[in-house]
Amino acid sequence: MGGYILKRLLLAIPVILGITVIVFLIMAMIPGDPATAILGSYATPDNVARINRDLGLDKPLVARYFIWLWNMLHGDFGQSFSLNRPVIDVVLERFNNTLILAGTSFVLCTVFGILAGVISAARQYGLADKAITFAVLLGISIPSFFLGMMMILFFAVDLRWFPVSGMTAIYGGGDLADVIHHLTMPALALAVVATGVVARLSRSAMLEVLRQDFIRTARAKGVREGRVIWGHALRAAMVSIIPVLGIQAGFVLSGAVYIEIVFQWPGIGRMLVDAILQRDILLVQGGVVFVASCYVIFNIIVDVAQSLLDPRIKT
Amino acid sequence: MSAFFKLLARNRLALGGLIVMGLVVALALITPLLPLADPDATDTANRFLPPLSDGYLLGTDGLGRDLLSRLLWGTRLSLAVGFAAALFAAVAGAAVGIIAGFYGGRTDNIIMRGVDMLMAFPYILLALAIVAALGPGLVNALIAVSVVNIPFFARNIRGITVGLAHKEFVDAAKLAGMSNPRIILSEILPNVVPVIVIAMSTTIGWMILETAGLSFLGLGSQPPQADLGSMLGEARSALITNPHTSVIPGIMILIIVMSINLLGDGVRDALDPRLKSGALSRPMAATRVERKERPAPETSTDAILSLDDLHTQFHVKDRIYKAVSGVSLSVKPGECLGVIGESGSGKSVTALSIMGLVASPPGIITAGAARLEGRDMLSARFGELRRLRGRRVAYIFQDPLATLHPLYKVGDQLIEAISCHRAISKSEGRKKAIELLKSVRIPNPEERIDIYPHEMSGGMRQRVGIAMALANDPDVIIADEPTTALDVTVQAQILSLLSDLRRERGLAIIFITHDFGVVAQLCDRVAVMYAGRIVEEGPTMEILRAPAHPYTSRLIACVPELGEGKRKLEAIPGLPPSVDNLPAGCAFADRCLKAQDSCTKGEIGLEGSGSRAVRCLFPEPGFAEETA
Amino acid sequence: MSTALQITDLSKTFPVGKKLFGGATGAVKAVHPMSLSVQTGETLGIVGESGCGKSTLARMLVGLLPPTTGSIEIEGAALDNADPAAFGKRIQYVFQDPISSLNPRKTIRQIMDAPLKLLHGMDRAAREKRILEIFDSVNLRADFLDRYPHEFSGGQAQRIGIARALAAQARILILDEPVSALDVSVQAQVLNLLADLKREFGLTYLFISHDLAVVEAVSDRIAVLYFGSVVEEGRAEEIFAHPRHPYTKLLADSAPVVGRPLSDPEHGQAELPNPLDPPPGCAFAKRCPYASAQCRSAPPPLTEMGTDQRVACYHPLPAPEQV
Ligand SMILES: Nc1ncnc2c1ncn2[C@@H]1O[C@H](COP(=O)(O)OP(=O)(O)O)[C@@H](O)[C@H]1O
Ligand code: SF4
Ligand code: SF4
Ligand SMILES: [Mg+2]
Repeated sequence: MGGYILKRLLLAIPVILGITVIVFLIMAMIPGDPATAILGSYATPDNVARINRDLGLDKPLVARYFIWLWNMLHGDFGQSFSLNRPVIDVVLERFNNTLILAGTSFVLCTVFGILAGVISAARQYGLADKAITFAVLLGISIPSFFLGMMMILFFAVDLRWFPVSGMTAIYGGGDLADVIHHLTMPALALAVVATGVVARLSRSAMLEVLRQDFIRTARAKGVREGRVIWGHALRAAMVSIIPVLGIQAGFVLSGAVYIEIVFQWPGIGRMLVDAILQRDILLVQGGVVFVASCYVIFNIIVDVAQSLLDPRIKT
Repeated sequence: MSAFFKLLARNRLALGGLIVMGLVVALALITPLLPLADPDATDTANRFLPPLSDGYLLGTDGLGRDLLSRLLWGTRLSLAVGFAAALFAAVAGAAVGIIAGFYGGRTDNIIMRGVDMLMAFPYILLALAIVAALGPGLVNALIAVSVVNIPFFARNIRGITVGLAHKEFVDAAKLAGMSNPRIILSEILPNVVPVIVIAMSTTIGWMILETAGLSFLGLGSQPPQADLGSMLGEARSALITNPHTSVIPGIMILIIVMSINLLGDGVRDALDPRLKSGALSRPMAATRVERKERPAPETSTDAILSLDDLHTQFHVKDRIYKAVSGVSLSVKPGECLGVIGESGSGKSVTALSIMGLVASPPGIITAGAARLEGRDMLSARFGELRRLRGRRVAYIFQDPLATLHPLYKVGDQLIEAISCHRAISKSEGRKKAIELLKSVRIPNPEERIDIYPHEMSGGMRQRVGIAMALANDPDVIIADEPTTALDVTVQAQILSLLSDLRRERGLAIIFITHDFGVVAQLCDRVAVMYAGRIVEEGPTMEILRAPAHPYTSRLIACVPELGEGKRKLEAIPGLPPSVDNLPAGCAFADRCLKAQDSCTKGEIGLEGSGSRAVRCLFPEPGFAEETA
Repeated sequence: MSTALQITDLSKTFPVGKKLFGGATGAVKAVHPMSLSVQTGETLGIVGESGCGKSTLARMLVGLLPPTTGSIEIEGAALDNADPAAFGKRIQYVFQDPISSLNPRKTIRQIMDAPLKLLHGMDRAAREKRILEIFDSVNLRADFLDRYPHEFSGGQAQRIGIARALAAQARILILDEPVSALDVSVQAQVLNLLADLKREFGLTYLFISHDLAVVEAVSDRIAVLYFGSVVEEGRAEEIFAHPRHPYTKLLADSAPVVGRPLSDPEHGQAELPNPLDPPPGCAFAKRCPYASAQCRSAPPPLTEMGTDQRVACYHPLPAPEQV
């Protein structure tokens, strides 16, 4: 197992390098030069040339890539001109906030998605199945940003149960209870779509498994029905559910961008959108590479979980 | 094609989706023809008018623009972009996937590494980066959304193609002289298209959400032009004061995406062949029993297990398959009863009906009784039935790889067979499991107990299956073709093991097979099944020596036997009848050389004298003489 | 009599497993170098248990799989470039699973058309005529032509598969377990049809099966495969009646036969050797009651014993008493 994890980590290196190349190439396609964007109305030819030299933009593309990569390997992601802070500081701070939001949603969607899917499959065509199927359909059809806005209208403005936006109260906030209070609505809004997807997939995976011969064997042995469903069947279904959880993690992370904007959650998604609109290239590059690399690592964890579950996977 | 639409129309939800979707699309198409206000004309005097205002059916937005007009034009835009993105991603992804999957090897490796690389991004990061590079704008958002979705299509289609490329019909096409591009176009593509359509129809909704999302962020359509997403984005600042400006486009997106999803599910269900047969429904814990009459009371016998006039049917759509119609049989302790017949004759359904293991839906037991020591198990409540399963009556199934759970260790599966009937400590369970493996002659049981089924050979797995059946010292074992999937040398080992176990433990065995050689070696009595009924029954050796039913004798004659050399076989022309359309009278009549008019006129009973019985008006001569 | 098919030292090795940086971690010898020949008009039966290399051999013979070593000569012409289209006109394949060998989305006519058009360049009218002729000889009705494969039973589908092989006008057919997926009553129909076609068109068959009785009933000569090698080859009426290789004897004794009491000739449980780590000597040594030190040191060569019988064994069973 240790060897397998090491192998997977080694294999992640070229993937992360590939990510840096893709990100770098895409950003290099940006028309116009960033110096003008940075300087705004101060963009005299002299100033532009100086900024370009400072940023190393006068060097050829390949050299620029390796300088950027080399600096990143040393923990230097460059300086964000729009925030006037080191990119890595901003990214770490913002990503931490995003993790609180997306992590909560991911746990919610995993737990409730699988639960709903299994119940739905076990009671196929029953009332619970129909109700869950309808709820799931609604969940995967509603744009999360719209759902968030409606939640604000209803739960924050009308009922005043939760704050309208933000991560902490402005005065005296910041403790755990306060964060949870602020977190509830955005985390739920973000979890809805992913829960729907997980529930759908769990249902069909369970239906597929429940028809297999080994389920009949379990029943022929006299295994209790509860254990047939939640033991034998769910365990086998997890083999196809787990990879989807890995993909869903990416979707939750992606959906967080909208939710952060709707609820003004100070996460990395909102920061990236702002950075794009302001053409803060180093911030965009650094943020994207950092988040994508974390996602690669997360997917390795998913694969390891999969190989622990399924002995047929060669490790 | 028309069958497809029929299936689609039968699905009421999908039909609803189709109608709503049709309306929305129609509305979007005729928008330019409608007498609407200019969607971009601002009128600051009439800002934020509520819906149903004079001249503004849905009110106005923050710049006084007519919301109805903007909604319809926005819908048009969102639909177009969503469909275009889905189409583009599907076509590009499918092309990449088919090429990678068909050619395999290095081509596959390189392409899939690239796909993996793209999938290593949370999709929005890639989309954001692309929009950042190309600049905000609706077309750029479309490109971004398509590109980030190509990998999903490519992966999905590649998987399907790999499966197809190894199908025998592709080999056949190669041998018919087809070149690779031709095989892709004429053999692979037609089989992949339904999958592409399914994938597309289930993702269009998602694409619309994604492009709307980018517009919502201000990265898609640019003012004054608006799609539904940017309408929502612009309205967000007035969410609390003028919620209608947000609610209206939001509801529209919801309606569109929901109807597309409903329709997409309908398309998927209509195109997925497994659903046509109803195979995707999951079997319940026990077979449904719907008997019109109480079964006749037990006539006392010394049988441990007896079936009395069992009828089991499968109700699929509007067809009724009479898999078993009126089977009666019994076994005494220590006796081995063979059940022989061709595939589809109802052997397995008979066996599975006994403990309620027939998949239901679609299976239903419609009449008869299955008695264990006189107690009808079909009347038993589920709890009682479950406690009898595996403890008094145990099963051995055909394919030992499919019938063992792939993710549990062999030992754990054995221990569970015991522990679901009586509490047993961990160490005792382990000891018992090792004993069981020993009793089925598995070498090094102490090591084998900790391995998984896929690490064993077929013969070893079947031994585990037998050990599991023996776990609770059952009275009856039902073995459903336990050696059919095995090689002859392994079959010989398994059969002699079963035979020894029966003698040592006084087991009653119902042994199902299609092989007369096996029956002859193992079974005391044999029942021959044809089209869901027993056509002949009696002591094995007598039946083999002098079969009474024409089917039995022809069947014995058409099987080549070792040692008879090269020769012409006595084939039986025709096919067994389909059990959803059984003829009146004798089901064998149209293949029988002795058939008379009377054979097809009404029921023919299973008549007999002494130990033998036959369902035929004109039994073979040998039998007639013997019983006369 | 001329030689229809001659293979010399044909072998196949599959790489298995994958290292971190390309390359295979091991190799499985599915077929060890083997030489066989089939005379024109003859049926050579190949028997062996699952995984012994029967299908791999068959796929090499029709060009679907490139051999690792050795050569294939069909009707006197060498064909080693693994191009199924080149093989197709001379040698054809009938598949085990009749349904999955027919493309579910094509009509039977389209399926039949392909070899006639692509291998023989026939025009539409000629194809139609030829298809009807072939259908007639395999006892299929012409109205089947516009139906799709799922509408047919296994037996009918296998007839269609045979018809397709005939359409290529090859005179050699590789029949890979052609009746294993069929029920016994239908199996006899297909076997009889194959016998009739052989007589009518002067075909040569390589008939692969795991069922000893079936092979014995259809073959002139039989080769027994074990673990990728031919262990015995001889006349069909002799080989199971008087086996000389211990494995052939085990096979013959294991087959369930009416009137013979149940016995486990091996008194236990023997398993195949690990293909990733084959034994140095005779692959059967672990299961063989006659195994000696010599057997475990080097694989026994296939040697001529008596008339028309070849055995790969250091200690062959005695020949039957000459009468
Ligand atoms: N593509 C492959 N890769 C690795 N091993 C293979 C492959 N194809 C066949 N084998 C191995 O070759 C051996 C012979 O297989 P096969 O020709 O299918 O035998 P049979 O037809 O007797 O079942 C088996 O051990 C099988 O696992
Ligand atoms: S009842 Fe008539 S048709 Fe049926 S098997 Fe007997 S003789 Fe043949
Ligand atoms: S060579 Fe030796 S081990 Fe192999 S079959 Fe002959 S006697 Fe047995
Ligand atoms: Mg095979």
